Amino acid sequence: MVVPILNVDELSIRYADRSRALEAVAGASLRIAPQECVGVVGESGSGKSQLFLAAMGLLAGHARVTGSIRFAGDELLGAKAAALNRVRGSKLSMIFQDPMTSLTPHLRIGTQLAEVLVCHLGVSWTEARSAAGRMLERVQLTDPKRRLNQYPHELSGGMRQRVMLAMSLLCRPDLLIADEPTTALDVTVQAQILEVLRAVRSETGMALVLISHDFAVIAGLADRILVMYAGRIVENAAADELLRRPRHPYSAELLKCVPSLSGPRLARLPTLAGQPPQPGEALQACPFAPRCPRAADRCRLERPALAGSSMSQVACHFPLS
Amino acid sequence: MSVFLDDATRRLRASPAAVPALLAILAIVIITLFGPWLNANNTETLDWLHVAAHPTLQNAHWFGTDRLGRDLYARTLAGARVSIAIGLVASAISILVGVSYGAVAGYIGGRTDHLMMRIIEILSGLPLIFFVIFLTVIFGRSEYLLFVSIGAVGWLTMARIVRGQTLSIRQQDFIAAAVAGGAGTGRIIAKHVVPNVIGPVIVYATLTVPQIILFESFLSFLGLGIQEPGASLGSLIAEGVGEMEAAPWMLLVPGSFLAILLLCLNIFGDGLRDALDVKDA
Repeated sequence: MVVPILNVDELSIRYADRSRALEAVAGASLRIAPQECVGVVGESGSGKSQLFLAAMGLLAGHARVTGSIRFAGDELLGAKAAALNRVRGSKLSMIFQDPMTSLTPHLRIGTQLAEVLVCHLGVSWTEARSAAGRMLERVQLTDPKRRLNQYPHELSGGMRQRVMLAMSLLCRPDLLIADEPTTALDVTVQAQILEVLRAVRSETGMALVLISHDFAVIAGLADRILVMYAGRIVENAAADELLRRPRHPYSAELLKCVPSLSGPRLARLPTLAGQPPQPGEALQACPFAPRCPRAADRCRLERPALAGSSMSQVACHFPLS
Repeated sequence: MSVFLDDATRRLRASPAAVPALLAILAIVIITLFGPWLNANNTETLDWLHVAAHPTLQNAHWFGTDRLGRDLYARTLAGARVSIAIGLVASAISILVGVSYGAVAGYIGGRTDHLMMRIIEILSGLPLIFFVIFLTVIFGRSEYLLFVSIGAVGWLTMARIVRGQTLSIRQQDFIAAAVAGGAGTGRIIAKHVVPNVIGPVIVYATLTVPQIILFESFLSFLGLGIQEPGASLGSLIAEGVGEMEAAPWMLLVPGSFLAILLLCLNIFGDGLRDALDVKDA
């Protein structure tokens, strides 16, 4: 078996104060192979961002993290800042949801991009700037030479996301984590950004984690899809398999909510009834039980574990077949 | 950035008082630097023929003389030079210390922040004059020590302001992006935090200069600052107070010099604050 590029084992993230404890991620385990593209879907608060922010060491200071996150064999949790900084931004990159605020406002685009290269590879500023220009070209930003001398506020959201993407790709990462990279953009720009991601991936063969709450975004790119609910991974399967035959009732319900252009015209778009559980609630039961159409007594008493072969796992007592 | 600066300059120009105030400040600085060339009198020669002479154009003592017959024009300009220099140097020290201290406390946060802020509170709890007297007693009287000791207490508010700004900047996505890019703490503070707090820092600094000039004058007035035969506006005013009834110009000349300088600096600082005070740059 290939050595996974990212190996998360029994990761839990808790936020505790005197009165209560919140569990943002509860015992999640996953493996991402080199060159693989994994989509992660889930509602807001399902812990999908937290999981990967933990890998980048970007959680709030009071988060209590247990478990293990290994990147290319090296443990990231509890690693020294200097060691983390060697990996972050070079071999392990991340882009964020909101490109409007992710660039330092007072630095020129060229400087911000070049800084990454100067910082990690120790090349000269002149060299770094020309490499930055070439990278901007690759993410299909128009007029890259001029952009280098512009400030972030002179660029539109889509352009800024391309800049962020270029920045994260500069050091040829082995794994790029894209946390809802297109959520803040309009649909046409979204399609372009995803296209750039696809092109870059086929060129460089980097692994990609695509976090989204939108199946449409993930469906086009992902080899494999993880579905998260209430801080847990509830289903893990090959993308086309999961999209065609979801096994967890939650995945199935989520997929039903995706509006389709070809299907019958509906008076009302379907939604998932009820609310996800509060993160503080101690759960003995299946967290999805209150909203699940298939819930039985067992679901309210016993929490199902993620089980199955490595290519198809589901955490449900009564999975759909 | 350039757009931002253009914008700020435009707004500064639009504010009715700031530009005249700036011109007046420049005029004062030019006079204090080049004024002595216009008049042959120096600060230390005693003119026994004209002791405590009133201002006149006839005997070359344009602003009169003091009770030892020294030319008040030369002494006022020399005093203003010292006052302005102390204002600038002490402000520079307070910016340097305040910005780095505040940015480090705000960015690192947690216990470090707590500790650093408590230290500031203790220092600002000390009576300022007592502190300066204490320093002069220990290290002796010197002009440079005065620069340092005023600067050393002037940075407290600056550090608080910068820390407050840093706390909000730390939450911004671009800081998370910088961390994700593998930038170390020092680099983030220097390149991504500090340049973003520069607006409030400039504004507060322009308002610090007059405060420090006033404080220096106050110390000199009490006899703790610049010593004879040197002069600062404060020590000149202190001398003038003694002769207020017989020779009011000894008080009025350095007094109005100080008043005009402070007024202009404050008006300009206010104008600058209005010009730079934008919600989101």
